[in-house]
Amino acid sequence: MASYRIAGNTGEWEVVCGLEIHAQIISKSKLFSAAATEFGGEPNSQVSPVDAGMPGMLPVINRFCVEQAIKTGLGLRAQINRHSVFERKNYFYADLPQGYQISQYLEPLVGEGTVYLDMPDGEVIPVGIERLHMEQDAGKSLHDQEPGKTYIDLNRSGVALMEIVSKPDIRSPEQAGAYIQKLRSILRYLGTCDGNMAEGSLRCDINVSVRKPGAGLGTRCEVKNVNSVRFVMHAIEAEATRQIELIEEGGEVIQETRLYDPRKGETRSMRGKEEAHDYRYFPDPDLLPLIVENDWVERIKADMPELPDEKKQRFIQDYGLGAYDAGVLVAERETADFYEDVANGRDAKTAANWVTGEFFGAMNKAGVDLDEAPVNAAMLGELLDLMADNTISGRIAKDVFEEMWETGKKAGAIVEEKGLKQITDTGELEAILDKVIAENPEQVQQVKDGNQKVMGWFVGQAMKATGGKANPKMVNELLRKKLG
Amino acid sequence: MSELTGITLSRARDLLTKGEVSSKELTQAHVQAVEAARSLNAYITETPDKALKMAEASDARRAKGEAGVVEGIPLAVKDLFCTEGVLTTAGSHILDGFKPPYESTVTGNLWRNGAVMLGKANLDEFAMGSSNETSYHGPVENPWRRQGDNRPLVPGGSSGGSAAAVAARAALAATGTDTGGSIRQPASFAGIVGMKPTYGRCSRWGIVAFASSLDQAGPMTRSVRDAAIMLRAMAGHDEKDSTSVDLPVPDYEQALTGDIRGLKVGIPREYRVEGMPQEIEALWQQGIQWLKDAGAEPVDISLPRTHYALPAYYIIAPAEASSNLARYDGVRFGLRAEGAGSLEELYELTREAGFGREVKRRVLIGTYVLSAGYYDAYYNKARKVRTLIAQDFHDAYKEVDVILAPTAPSAAFAIGDLVDDPIAMYLNDVFTVPASLAGLPAISVPAGLSGDGLPLGLQLIGKAFDEETVLRVGGVLEDAAQFTHEPAFVAGR
Repeated sequence: MASYRIAGNTGEWEVVCGLEIHAQIISKSKLFSAAATEFGGEPNSQVSPVDAGMPGMLPVINRFCVEQAIKTGLGLRAQINRHSVFERKNYFYADLPQGYQISQYLEPLVGEGTVYLDMPDGEVIPVGIERLHMEQDAGKSLHDQEPGKTYIDLNRSGVALMEIVSKPDIRSPEQAGAYIQKLRSILRYLGTCDGNMAEGSLRCDINVSVRKPGAGLGTRCEVKNVNSVRFVMHAIEAEATRQIELIEEGGEVIQETRLYDPRKGETRSMRGKEEAHDYRYFPDPDLLPLIVENDWVERIKADMPELPDEKKQRFIQDYGLGAYDAGVLVAERETADFYEDVANGRDAKTAANWVTGEFFGAMNKAGVDLDEAPVNAAMLGELLDLMADNTISGRIAKDVFEEMWETGKKAGAIVEEKGLKQITDTGELEAILDKVIAENPEQVQQVKDGNQKVMGWFVGQAMKATGGKANPKMVNELLRKKLG
Repeated sequence: MSELTGITLSRARDLLTKGEVSSKELTQAHVQAVEAARSLNAYITETPDKALKMAEASDARRAKGEAGVVEGIPLAVKDLFCTEGVLTTAGSHILDGFKPPYESTVTGNLWRNGAVMLGKANLDEFAMGSSNETSYHGPVENPWRRQGDNRPLVPGGSSGGSAAAVAARAALAATGTDTGGSIRQPASFAGIVGMKPTYGRCSRWGIVAFASSLDQAGPMTRSVRDAAIMLRAMAGHDEKDSTSVDLPVPDYEQALTGDIRGLKVGIPREYRVEGMPQEIEALWQQGIQWLKDAGAEPVDISLPRTHYALPAYYIIAPAEASSNLARYDGVRFGLRAEGAGSLEELYELTREAGFGREVKRRVLIGTYVLSAGYYDAYYNKARKVRTLIAQDFHDAYKEVDVILAPTAPSAAFAIGDLVDDPIAMYLNDVFTVPASLAGLPAISVPAGLSGDGLPLGLQLIGKAFDEETVLRVGGVLEDAAQFTHEPAFVAGR
């Protein structure tokens, strides 16, 4: 694939990005308390005294959250550190009740790993993972409830997060998008994060710098809290363009934290380096170092589901699919399962074409998820069977599918009801063809003069006359006999 | 003084067991003593109604044959322990009006074991102090006076209210907390027994945190046996405190055999500090002799890194405190300053009004030592020193079973004498801080009087989770010292 470059006045520029993704861990209770984590509860209804930073309250690590983070680390093909440490990141904010966030800093739970991006052209790009650490979320400040007042909702306070930090291996907005989607896919396969960006269970900070191709790394800026894949891609472009213009005008990029404004499509400074917080990290004395026993990791490993990369390889090998189709099908575990149900005992490629083509098309058009689709895998399979045994043609099958989607009826019932069975009776077809030939002497002459295109026209006429039910293969053969 | 307030906890327990007195009678006598002792300012909050209700409930339990370890015993609770529905101040203005919706594990254990709460004892603000003069609720007076000198003295700190209440017979015992000496030094100043158990022996859950890696609850009593009884009722593993240790709690009273024959007692040469009064050195020598007479073998030992302990402590404790105290921001509970125009201003005004000078000093020191650029030079170095100090003890315990040292470098001083000299104040902790940094159990036992008639304690430091040896030797010291002196002020006398 051609490298992504931004043209400046002084030539082409390369963009270098690293992403920090905050992924909310799926767990019933919070990282250090027993309070519930469900999204959308009444404000402050899911808050224990620990989450509210009440005097004398102490955190106790949630074992399940650690297990989820280890699982994720394994899914990222990363090193699981047997010894890790929770530290306090100290800063004041109204929705940070303790006055510090418990996070891992010098010794994270998970070390280096790799995520493979599946680009649309089939290229596979490895992106390094620097680390994954666990931390607690803060609460939420609501500034718009009453003039002059800020309301605090601590439901989210203490919810477990994984911060997944990539290496600066990303070179384009498209790769950044693919990275988030791949990471999301892995997390969802593992059941460790639901990946819902709209609800904030996946949040993204982007480190962006620019350089002339081949030069050393430039000074980076961090763009905070960009919360959709589309915005991430826009923000990278906007920030890179800003940096290039700045440098080309003789300016210098200053390391700082910036915010992306999706309405204006630009980033603006949030705080400079000199205003940067001194977080005064130190090991949290309320928590012992986190020791992960080997056999625990082994047990988690043994329970790992097949992940997208392996599944994709299997689809390519076992079903003979192309890399792109395989990649599309495995992006979601549910979709992959759906496909395998459809393909089971049938032609795998036809199944893939139908799932990625008609089926996904209908889903997108209707704006529904797989579990809401009116056609299930068994129903789609039945339709493919009717095609395979020549009961209906491929063209009719598309109509039948549409009808299935609208009514929820089964393919066989629709074919029966509407009399859509293919006409395969030679006598019946010959009678139809004879009529068409008799009515169009001019076109017959053209065929005889060697215009093969008109042969196709006759096929079309025959199909039209039968309402598409004629078996196209037989029509072709009979016409050749009669006109050839 | 009522007959019922002058006795020890263990004596009261025996009377209760025999049915010679009810908890209600015992508690009523103590409620009166608490009132009579108000001039000491030992209590921030008195809870007489609660006490009597608890006493009645205790008598009812006893009637059903369900007596706990400290059944019916009226206690003072240091106001650092959160008590459900009862004002909990930590000696600070910033916790104004704070009534916790939860009960600390240690006090919960005590109530479960039958104890009765008389009230919340005064303390240095957030347990930061060695004289109980930093309390927002005013200084506590030591019930002792120098001979021929009526100036009020400090009870030590930070558990000064607890020490004064127990010494003045305004509680049979009290809970304290010890971060760098806050149980042992006031026990020494007030002529009572104070024990800091091994870090992890008592749960910290529900105790307002000062320095989390050092804070440890313990008993303050008028005898070693009382300390043993109290500790058994306070201690135990708690799933809510990740640093509490899952070990069975022994019946510590069983350890008081009086038999220390053949026991090796370490005498650390580094504790002989410059400028230490001769009478303290003499008392120490006396202590060595007593233990020798009881059949123990004194062994000269070295704890070579001792003189780094105090500086390390005054980095680590403020560092943790600066973070622990960040939650007092005026947003959710306690004091909130009026008239703030922004969030920053809310913090500034609330913390300016809510914290006293010593707390501010330590928050500033702690913030400084954790700052980028200073972290390695201060905080990290202090942590390394801490490890080395623990190693010193570890090495020493290869040779000896317990260590004997003075508790404090002086007897109680007058209120106001050291308030403007924080360094001199911090030096009070010189003998108590090393055991805190190493997390070891230690007890202060009253062993004699100073030249001007003030109590002086001797300290025993034990191996981790070997409270039993500490108590056993403490019992022997107590027997030998026969410390029967009473303070100038005794409630109701």
